[in-house]
Amino acid sequence: MTRYILHRILQGIPLLFFISIILFVLMMNMGDPIATMGGRTATRPADRERLKRQLGLDKPIVVQYFYWLAGNDWTKIDLDGDGIGETYGERKGVLRGDFGYSLVNRGKPALAVIGERIPNTLILMVAAELVIILGSLLVGVYSALHQYSFTDHFITTLSFIGYSMPIFFIALLSMYIFAVLFKRWGLPYLPTVGMFDPQVGKTAGQVILHMILPVLSISVISLAAYSRYIRSTMLEVMNQDYIRTAKAKGLPRPQIVYIHALKNASLPIVTVIGLDLPLLLGGAVVTERIFAWPGMGRLFLDHVERGDLPVVMGILMLISVAVVVFQILTDIVYAWLDPRIRFG
Amino acid sequence: MTKQPLLDVKNLVTEFIIPEGIVYAVNGISFNVNPGETLAVVGESGCGKSVSMLSVMGLIPTPPGIIVDGEAIYGNKNLFKLAEEEMEQIRGKEIAMVFQDPMTSLNPVLTIGKQITEALICHFDITKNDARDRAISLLDMVGIPEARNRLDDYPHQFSGGMRQRVMIAMALACDPHLLIADEPTTALDVTIQAQIVELVLQLKRQKDMAVIWITHDLGVVAGIADRVNVMYAGYIVEEALVDDLYEDPRHPYTCGLLGSLPRVDHRRERKLCSIPGSPPSLLVKPVGCPFRPRCQYSKEICQFETPKLRETSRGHHVACWIDIQSGEQISGS
Repeated sequence: MTRYILHRILQGIPLLFFISIILFVLMMNMGDPIATMGGRTATRPADRERLKRQLGLDKPIVVQYFYWLAGNDWTKIDLDGDGIGETYGERKGVLRGDFGYSLVNRGKPALAVIGERIPNTLILMVAAELVIILGSLLVGVYSALHQYSFTDHFITTLSFIGYSMPIFFIALLSMYIFAVLFKRWGLPYLPTVGMFDPQVGKTAGQVILHMILPVLSISVISLAAYSRYIRSTMLEVMNQDYIRTAKAKGLPRPQIVYIHALKNASLPIVTVIGLDLPLLLGGAVVTERIFAWPGMGRLFLDHVERGDLPVVMGILMLISVAVVVFQILTDIVYAWLDPRIRFG
Repeated sequence: MTKQPLLDVKNLVTEFIIPEGIVYAVNGISFNVNPGETLAVVGESGCGKSVSMLSVMGLIPTPPGIIVDGEAIYGNKNLFKLAEEEMEQIRGKEIAMVFQDPMTSLNPVLTIGKQITEALICHFDITKNDARDRAISLLDMVGIPEARNRLDDYPHQFSGGMRQRVMIAMALACDPHLLIADEPTTALDVTIQAQIVELVLQLKRQKDMAVIWITHDLGVVAGIADRVNVMYAGYIVEEALVDDLYEDPRHPYTCGLLGSLPRVDHRRERKLCSIPGSPPSLLVKPVGCPFRPRCQYSKEICQFETPKLRETSRGHHVACWIDIQSGEQISGS
């Protein structure tokens, strides 16, 4: 098993390099970072040239990638364009943990910019994922065990409605119902903007209160999709011969459902969850935007618009690493659940 | 009947409601098993052998299946009237079942130790360690070498024959009075088949339990059974002591089955007889004798009236309008 995990990690490394090359090339063609830095005032051509050389944008893309990866503090940069380098570069490179400085937030390290947002996104996403996994397990298993009952049909209908609604619509609808209408009816209503009420301060209660609507909006679609998926895998498993064997042994129903059936049914579900989880880090772009949640999704959107290469690359690489790590974790969980893989 | 039968099934009717209509799987069969006896149930695929036994065990998937009529008296209880919790007390503990395909009948993600002990823990007041010890002796008993080391193995680490031994150990865990073996050797190699048959026979003698052996293999039947029920299209068409059935089959279908057995002591050129035609669709409620379209003896009456089982000699019943020895319709019916 340890061998297998090591093997997977070693496989992940070249994969990450490959991903970073593609992302880097794409990002370099996304626009002119210097135009962003200049802001509204027109930058003088001489300054542009200088800035370009300072950022290394005058170098071929291969060299730029190499600087991004390994830094440029070992070579001199030619700032005045006379062909002779004067000062050493300052970048240490991604491999040494330096993602460069944000172009938008002048002078702030890209990692710090990202790091500020990660907890906000994580708290939102972990809550949403818990709601999704627990909710869809409950709903999926229940409707599988009561196939074609009224409740099952009811749940099916709700799932299709939930699944076919775009996320911005769910967000706006929930805002309208739980904030606008509830306020109008004189009921306690939910906040719709930000993480906390500035007048109250960032308390746990405030954050939880502000999380409810974003979590709801993020969860609905996945909840609908997952519960359909769990329902069908459970149905399939419940018709297997070994479930009949378990019944023939006289085991009580809960033991059959939760030990014999669910352990088998969870195998395909684990794969889906393992693929979805790392994407959480990227945040929910639309939801965070609508609810003004200061998370990674909004950060990404804001900085991609302005060509902030260090930050955007940082976010993308973070997600890539998460994808690779969660793939390995998924495989480990899979092996733990299914002995045929463990010993195979 | 001198002694009370262990299990007495009367007029069992099981149907499946599917989009295409109703499948008449079992059409009012009655049979019984005496303590310590081996009853073989023989018939083609889809004749209702398994469905009738699954009905008795309460393992018919509902929906689509329903037990329309009948009773199954076990002890003084009617199994069809029991609540699910009471039935759980009987399943596995009093009546156990071994299934056809050992490849799919064991849960792939649980160790066999877990799968054997959970039945023990569920039915008896027993500690985990005692259950493990018992599981080891059970595996020993069914002939699994180094049982102690194999307890924590998973089903995929066993061969087909070994898995069926595990299934048998599992079924016998709680010392049931009746073992229902649903074609337990069909999915196995011939040499392994013989071992499994021998194993069940030996265990049956040791534990003095009754066995219902479902099979389509008449060769196996001859070796193990005391009595035989022949089923066709959801009916029992003949029941007899095993010797009577082989020596003196009374139903045209039984004759056909026996005639289609290859025998080494016959000349190679002799063609095997097959029964012409194929079994009727179970979607149509049969009128008259279900075997009539394939029967060489059929008369007018066979078309309209379903024959009931009648006794031809002691313990030998047949459901046929014709006395096949004379080819004449029986009188007095």
